[in-house]
This record gives sequence, structure tokens and C-alpha cells, in this order.
Amino acid sequence: MADAAADTGAGEAEPEAVPEPELLFGLPVTRSHGQIVLFVPRDDYPALLRTLHEAGYHMVIDLTGVDYLVHPGRTALPADIEPERFEVVVNLINHRERARLRLRIQVPASDPVLPSAYELYPGTEAMERETFDMFGIVFDGHPDLTRILMPEDWIGHPLRKDYDSGRIPVQFKAAPADR
Amino acid sequence: MTTTHDAPPSGPVERTSEGAQELTSAEVASGAERLRERGAVLRLSESAVAEATEEQAPDDETMLINMGPQHPSTHGVLRLMLELQGETVLRCKPIIGYLHTGMERTGEELTYLQGPTNVTRMDYASPLFTELAFSLTVERLLDIEVPERAVWIRMLMTEMNRISSHLLFMATNGMDLGAVSMMLYGWREREETLRFLQEVTGLRMNHNYIRPGGVAADLPDGWRDGVMRLLDMLPERLGEYDTLLNQQPIWRERLQGIGTITAEECLALGVTGPILRSTGYDWDLRRDMPYLAFDEVDFDVVVGSYGDCFDRYAIRLAEIHESMKIVRQCLEKMPKGDYRIQDKKVTPPPRARIDESMEALIHHFKIFTEGFKVPEGEAYVAIESPRGELGCYIVSDGSSKPYRMHIRGPSFVNIQSLPHLMHGGLVADGVAIISSVDPILGEVDR
Repeated sequence: MADAAADTGAGEAEPEAVPEPELLFGLPVTRSHGQIVLFVPRDDYPALLRTLHEAGYHMVIDLTGVDYLVHPGRTALPADIEPERFEVVVNLINHRERARLRLRIQVPASDPVLPSAYELYPGTEAMERETFDMFGIVFDGHPDLTRILMPEDWIGHPLRKDYDSGRIPVQFKAAPADR
Repeated sequence: MTTTHDAPPSGPVERTSEGAQELTSAEVASGAERLRERGAVLRLSESAVAEATEEQAPDDETMLINMGPQHPSTHGVLRLMLELQGETVLRCKPIIGYLHTGMERTGEELTYLQGPTNVTRMDYASPLFTELAFSLTVERLLDIEVPERAVWIRMLMTEMNRISSHLLFMATNGMDLGAVSMMLYGWREREETLRFLQEVTGLRMNHNYIRPGGVAADLPDGWRDGVMRLLDMLPERLGEYDTLLNQQPIWRERLQGIGTITAEECLALGVTGPILRSTGYDWDLRRDMPYLAFDEVDFDVVVGSYGDCFDRYAIRLAEIHESMKIVRQCLEKMPKGDYRIQDKKVTPPPRARIDESMEALIHHFKIFTEGFKVPEGEAYVAIESPRGELGCYIVSDGSSKPYRMHIRGPSFVNIQSLPHLMHGGLVADGVAIISSVDPILGEVDR
């Protein structure tokens, strides 16, 4: 595994403490428990994906969201990254180099939109739909951004931290009368 | 499947609508949309795109039909909307979510110690794998190493679970294709495997055995006999499968060349596990990104060459043999020692100490009520489950419950390959294809 070489407990590595920050694809490398993490500005995300695809990261293995509403001061955030409420986490894999890479993209609550990775990585179709369903993050350019796990007419996004779990009455569709 | 009503209903009838998830009928769907749904979500070459857009919209001879959610061959509650022209599947759209119970949300309400109880119910055919992924991630966040014996017990148990999961596949695959005797045989051998898992963990399924810090209990006395019993029994039985299926012309006819996919398509769609290996792509996390002690055991990664249903079946059959190899090595190399880490923060005190020490009792109580705290951070750990890459992503805010717990279920992603695999095939082949993808709907919907 690529992270085997990384020292343990490097999650707290401060970029400014290192004289010359290690760069990967033009972004400073952060390590979280030995795993390589890149914090990607939202605008650079599509371009970076293209670069990564060319560099051999042919598979987006996982794409999910995190709602940092009640845990805004998260760890290992580089100084130049402005923390936002939502974060989209993308895990990529490079089979040739047997390397993994994680992207964390800040998505503001006021404008929860992120370009879709669908064009390059069609496998993100279901994952982006799930993230939309659970967090309400809109993926711009996704071909079919509908709810995937929750019922079609569900209100709210269940994995948001301000979603009151356990207090929502179960919703059923009334059967149409004349059938 | 849907049935047609005999008599037309009286009065004006509105078109029923299932909302935006529904597959639009071919008259309405644009060329691009048809293309996307037909080729799953694949990127095609420009000429192929041009060709498909110019293609005539199918006339009203096509029919939209629902397969599932109650159809027996959809392995639970998967619903496929199919557009058919006669018997041929033109488009297919999997609709999921019928089994969604918000387990990721539940995971945020449970402590790290309770977590495996929750995640084990996701992939109910191979529950130990989800427990393992969860535990490995928590251990990664805690920066702890579990004792050697716990590592090997985990390997032994998960490989046993892989055998039982693949045997279940053998059974259901046989049943879907009408080889009903195969169903009975597969079920019988799976039950034997589950009996061993029950001897060790106490439960046939949903074991809650692998926990952060080790495993729940040491292997019981006589576990070697249980393993040996299986290792002696299985080769002969697997040989019978081989005679029964591999050499049977009907079986080969039904599977060979059906539902083909290439390695590039698998990579684009994020498909992992036996489906990816069936295309000849040599990738197994156990070997390529070893976890536990898989770098210390000797086994082969089985790959196919055609990427069809038969390869996927044959790979799983061969993987049972490989898992048995690993189990045999676990039997030989099982080290002595502790089955869980002796870290007072993570591990409850032994039962005997509780009777004699007030502090131990308090400690025990606190660990089980409050749980242990995990330092802030985030980690993603992936393992090779019988269905592909099973990953777990946990964000910790320093409390005793995960701030965010996400499971990357291989079935959830693999199911995206269905529209592509089914395009142009027959409905009857569709049954074989669903079966060969081996989706576990508990994991798809979580």
C-alpha cells in the first residue's frame, strides 16, 4: 500500500511547519493516518479529475459526502482552505501504482453545487445520486439526479446533521382511487 | 412482473407515475437519454455516439415492463424497469432503495463498540467482511495494532465466510437458471460452513464477532476439528458441482457468452470483485494491497478471460478452492496469544476481574455505556469482500460515536453494470445476469 511508507500519526502534519510542502498534481499533500489526502478547491475539481484520469487513476472507488455542521473545526485542514459546511470525499485508485488518493472538496451550504464526475468516471452515477439524496448536494452535469435510496416524494436529506432523525412520520403515498 | 388487466378500467385513467426515477418511454426519451440508459453510463467513441443518435426511435412495439421488486430472481427487492422489444432487452434501469433503513445514519448514533452490530446487517451473506472493514477503520483512527492471533482469526473467519458466501451464490445461481438440485447442494454445504461460524461466534449470520481491537471471543476448543471437517468435505462436494454443472451442455449454453463486459468498462463503472476479474483484469486487494496477514499466505488470484456469466460463475467456484488454501494455512500458522488487544482504553476487562475489582466493574460499565473515544480524524480502509472492494470511511470528531460512517458497498456499485450487461440480451438471460452480478440488496440499500 502506498501509505505504508508514511509515518504514523501524521494526521496533524502542519503544512507551514514543513519548509517545502510536498506537492501532488499541484496541490499540497496532507496525510491522514498514512493516507494521502488532497484538498481541492471546488473550481479546480473537474480539471484535477482529468489530470488524475490521465495519470492512471482510472477508477473512482467511492464518492460520498460529509456534513460538518456541528463539527466545523475539522482536523488537518490546510491553512488556505476555507472550511465549509459540506464536504465531498472522493476516493480514487491507481491500479498500476497500487496507490490510493482521497480528494476532499469543500462545498458551501449556500450553494451546494459541485461539477459531476460522471463524464470521466461513469461509475460515480449512483454514488453522486446517493450523495444528492442524503445531503442535497447538487452535481452539475449529472444525467439523472434523482433520489436513489429514499422514496421519490421524501422531503429533506436524511444524513444532514440538522435532519431530525426518528421524528419524521413514515410517509406513504396514498393509493390513487380509481385504478 | 406486471400483468395486464383483462378488462379496461372504466372512466378516464391517468397514466400512473413513479416519479422521476421512472424509465421514460421510448417515444419521449431523447436519443441521448436512450443511449445513456442503454449503454449504462459508458463513454462511447464519437462514431458510436453518432450512430446511436441517428438510430430510429423504436416504434410502439417496445414495451416497458417492471421486473421486481418482488420477482424471485431479483435476489431480494431489486426492481428493474426493462424496455423490451419482444424478448429482447433494449434498456434497463435498476431501481433500488426498497431495503433502505438508514444504516449509515444509525451508525452515527451507535458507539464504536456497538458499530459492528449495525454494519454486520448490511451484507447479510458475508457479514464478517463489513465488520472487518469497520473495525480496521476504527483501528486505523486509533493507531492501534491488534495481536497476531486476532489477525489470523480474522483471516480464518473471513475466508470461511467467503466460502459460505460463494456457496450461497452457487445455490442461487443454480436456482435462477433452473438447476434446482444445485440450489439444494449449495445450500447444504453453506449450512455446514455456517455451522462452523456458529460454533465460533454463536450465530449463523450477523455475527458481531470482529470488533475494534480484535475479535469478540477466542476460538473454541475443537475448532480445528470443525475446520478439518469442512476441508475434508468440501473438495469432494465441489468436484460434484464440477461434474454437475461445468460439464453440462445446458448450463454452458445458458452462461457462456451471456452478459459480457470488458475490463475498461468495469474500470469506468467502478465495478470490482469477481466481475472485474472475469474480464481478465488481475486485481485482488488481498494480494495487491494486502491487509491483515494476506501477504504471508500463499494463494492464487483467479481471473477469467471472456467477462461473461460463465467466467463469473467459474471464478467464484475456483475462489472457494483458493479460500480453502488460505484456511488450511491459517490452521497451520495460527499463532498463540491474545485474541484482542490489551489496551485498557479499548478493551473491556476480562470477566474474572469484574468479580474481584470494583474498578474493573466501573471500567467495564463505562466502556459499554459510554464507549471509548476515538481521536479526531478520518480514514478509509478497503478490503476484498466476496463481491468486490468493501470500503469503510469514518470521520471522527473525538467522541465515542462516529461523526460520519460510510460503507462503500461493492453491490451498490456493481449493480450499475446491469443496464450494460443486459442490453441486447433476452429476458431469460437477464435472470442469469442479475444472478452473476450477485448483488446483496441489504448492502445495496443499506
